[in-house]
Amino acid sequence: MSVKMTTRQVGDVTVIDVVGRITLGEGASAFRDTIRELAANGKKKLLLNLAEVSYIDSSGIGEMVSGFTTVANQGGAVKLLNLTKRVRDLLQITKLYTVFEVFDDEAAAVRSFS
Amino acid sequence: MTLVLDSTLESVDIAEERVLSEAAQAGFDEDQQHHIGMSVRECMVNAVVHGNRYNARKKVTVSISRSAGRLEVIIADEGEGFDMSNLPDPLADENLLRHSGRGLLLMQAFMDEFQIRPHQPRGTEVRMVKYLGKNNH
Repeated sequence: MSVKMTTRQVGDVTVIDVVGRITLGEGASAFRDTIRELAANGKKKLLLNLAEVSYIDSSGIGEMVSGFTTVANQGGAVKLLNLTKRVRDLLQITKLYTVFEVFDDEAAAVRSFS
Repeated sequence: MTLVLDSTLESVDIAEERVLSEAAQAGFDEDQQHHIGMSVRECMVNAVVHGNRYNARKKVTVSISRSAGRLEVIIADEGEGFDMSNLPDPLADENLLRHSGRGLLLMQAFMDEFQIRPHQPRGTEVRMVKYLGKNNH
């Protein structure tokens, strides 16, 4: 299985529930396209729910970072929700913990955008 | 065991799958298998994409060997090679938001031994070793 992304609105925050693998190829491309499409449609408050992400490789990390900069350049923000231990470890190794805001509680994450 | 693979993304999956099978038989736990698999995936992507540049005439050679408590993987491409000292530090503040350049960092973090050297007659060879019972992360 590659990656499946579904979006839902919570107020003016777009929550993206991500399921599967974000790796070089189809997974990373689908992830990139979804973020770019949301940004192009004026969605500037994006919350990535990664609870069901089983695997992210360095390409997937790169797409997360690109999404972050794309949205930030438009005056918005990308934040992360419900990291698995493996994804958390990746963010620590790559020092991206210092870049992304990370939450374990969706309500608190949504509130943080306002 | 030695695999000679085409320069395709499908080969990345094949190499990861074969190494993971060996790692499971060697007794590595689930987290260690994940680290090994991810290191092999990153290395294979480098070999296929950056080394051989998807060239159908170039191969990636994967050698897998295991002995008591130890798994060794050597991955060699037939590309032009590169100088590691020219690579930007992915942990430097000015590079944190770069799209790429984290693969080697992850391999070094996840494996117990990591060496990279020129492959003869040309290309790059990466040697990675994982020991049972050692947890990097």
